[in-house]
Amino acid sequence: MIKLQNVSKTYFLGEEEVHAVDNISLEIKSRQYVSVLGSSGSGKSTLMYLIGLLEHPSSGKVLLDDKDVSVLSDDELSQIRNSSVGFVFQQFNLINKFTVFENVLLPTRYAKARLDFDPELKAEELLKKFGLWERKNFFPNKISGGQQQRVAIARALIMKPKIILADEPTGNLDSKTGDEILNILEGLNSEFGVTVVLVTHEKDVAARTKRRIYIKDGHIVEKYL
Amino acid sequence: MKTQTEYFHLLKSALEDFRRNKVRTALTSLGIMIGVLSVVMLIALGLGLKNYIQGQFENLGTNLIFILPGGGFGTEGGGGAASFGPGLASGARFDEKDASSLKRIPGVDIVVPVFMKTAAVEGEAEEHFGYIMGTNEEIFQALNLKQEAGVKFSKADVERRAKVAVLGNTIANELFGGSEAAVGKTIRFLDQRVRVVGVVEKKGDNEMDNAVFMPYKTTFGGINPDKDFFTIYLGVASEDDVERVKKEAETTLLRRYKEDEFSVSEQSQILSTVNTIFGVINAVLVAIGSISLLVGGIGIMNIMYATVTERTKEVGIRRAVGATQRDILLQFLAESLLLSLFGGIMGLILASLIILGVRVFFPASLNFLAVAIALLVSSGIGIFFGVFPAKRAAGLAPIEAIRYE
Repeated sequence: MIKLQNVSKTYFLGEEEVHAVDNISLEIKSRQYVSVLGSSGSGKSTLMYLIGLLEHPSSGKVLLDDKDVSVLSDDELSQIRNSSVGFVFQQFNLINKFTVFENVLLPTRYAKARLDFDPELKAEELLKKFGLWERKNFFPNKISGGQQQRVAIARALIMKPKIILADEPTGNLDSKTGDEILNILEGLNSEFGVTVVLVTHEKDVAARTKRRIYIKDGHIVEKYL
Repeated sequence: MKTQTEYFHLLKSALEDFRRNKVRTALTSLGIMIGVLSVVMLIALGLGLKNYIQGQFENLGTNLIFILPGGGFGTEGGGGAASFGPGLASGARFDEKDASSLKRIPGVDIVVPVFMKTAAVEGEAEEHFGYIMGTNEEIFQALNLKQEAGVKFSKADVERRAKVAVLGNTIANELFGGSEAAVGKTIRFLDQRVRVVGVVEKKGDNEMDNAVFMPYKTTFGGINPDKDFFTIYLGVASEDDVERVKKEAETTLLRRYKEDEFSVSEQSQILSTVNTIFGVINAVLVAIGSISLLVGGIGIMNIMYATVTERTKEVGIRRAVGATQRDILLQFLAESLLLSLFGGIMGLILASLIILGVRVFFPASLNFLAVAIALLVSSGIGIFFGVFPAKRAAGLAPIEAIRYE
């Protein structure tokens, strides 16, 4: 589904050149459950944002369904992010001035094509599934971290994306709540066939996925499967 | 295309931000409110003043030709209103001979010579500042003055130099407490004693309402030793004759005076001059008022830049879930537009209230045009000054925005 071919991403921190991602090639196939494991500063987040089309590579190609995305306009990339990619962040990244329900609906506001589902019914379905329906009119800062992350997952799912990209989704949660979140992600992959890429620095979190990619200093050092 | 719910989302998002930042929203709108208030007030006062002055001229009877000393209001020679002042000093002094030669022009219905002098007028106990007007019995017709009490003076009164006067409404009230009360009383001014025979209705004009109308021949001597007139009004029976009579009056007067010593003008000319003057005054007032609108606009821009910085993370989140640059641009534009439109509407409401209050003593008036301009301009300012911050927001790199703390 998504192929990276010799992709590099270079930042400049003042004078210093930082190779966050250095000549990485990999492929993520449909319905896979993959973890990207690496320590902080290893370039794993940058890799995830490259896969999620939020970041442009400095060199190399990102192919989505065998099409080069570097030729796409910002509008087209936004549209793909909207319809095909769901992000889950360590910081949850909900919009605090919107209620839980409105946060889940947010991606549907930016859909350019007519939706084949009723956004509000879909949001209701997702919130009920994650046990958050009673909290639908709450603002994010009035619910727990685990609940916020479940809202974020519901938001990531509302457009029925092909791929979910989760950047340290358990990083701000206690281990029990973190487990619940991982169970949800696992379920999405096994029950609904959603491709899930899980970025983490915790070995035991990565151990739960079928496929693992180890990253160090912007290079892939090991692949399992 | 944006659907209704998307616009609703934009609106709701903006209003939610306003609700969270009530003080900031109010202060930002205040700038635009003051701007709109000052522009609308200035337009209203300017228009009111113009209408008032126009009304004063329209108070006069129709088909009137004014003969004035100096370049006057005439457009010939580029004199215009600027030459009116100095013209008075250097211009012609008309006399009875002029009046009778003008009377011979075919089509001239009435000829009203007017001598004018200001004086303190004494009644029985009170004293009031008045305009002594030495004229003839036809002035009442020419200036459309209606009798409220007593009688007017007659042609016979003029001929026999009767010591009688007809008072303007205000001065009659000030001196004697009422129109009826004034009739038959004696007034004193400039060592003269004159009997009041009548009072005319209120005209809303300072000079006419404080006038002491007298037979001009009575004023010859003590009051008007030179036996001259400040102005002569010609009443023309038919509107079609106005232009011809003007020309002939000029020819007649040129026999005795130089071209720049007098002017012959009609009401419409004076009105158009008044319009021109007030057009300029209004433009200047609006330009001054616009400065505050500009300052208000800069205030909006300033706040919108701050808002963009403050909400960088929100922009990143929205971009991550699929908002295009245009979506972000529209969101921030909607906010600045709403901010300034809100200020504009508040300014308009406040201006209307002030105008309603001021109306009691000043003829301010608000017209549809001023309202439309105020709303259009404040929306325009919101969009113009909102574009730069909104562009900055739209141009944020999503990934950096989302990491922004």
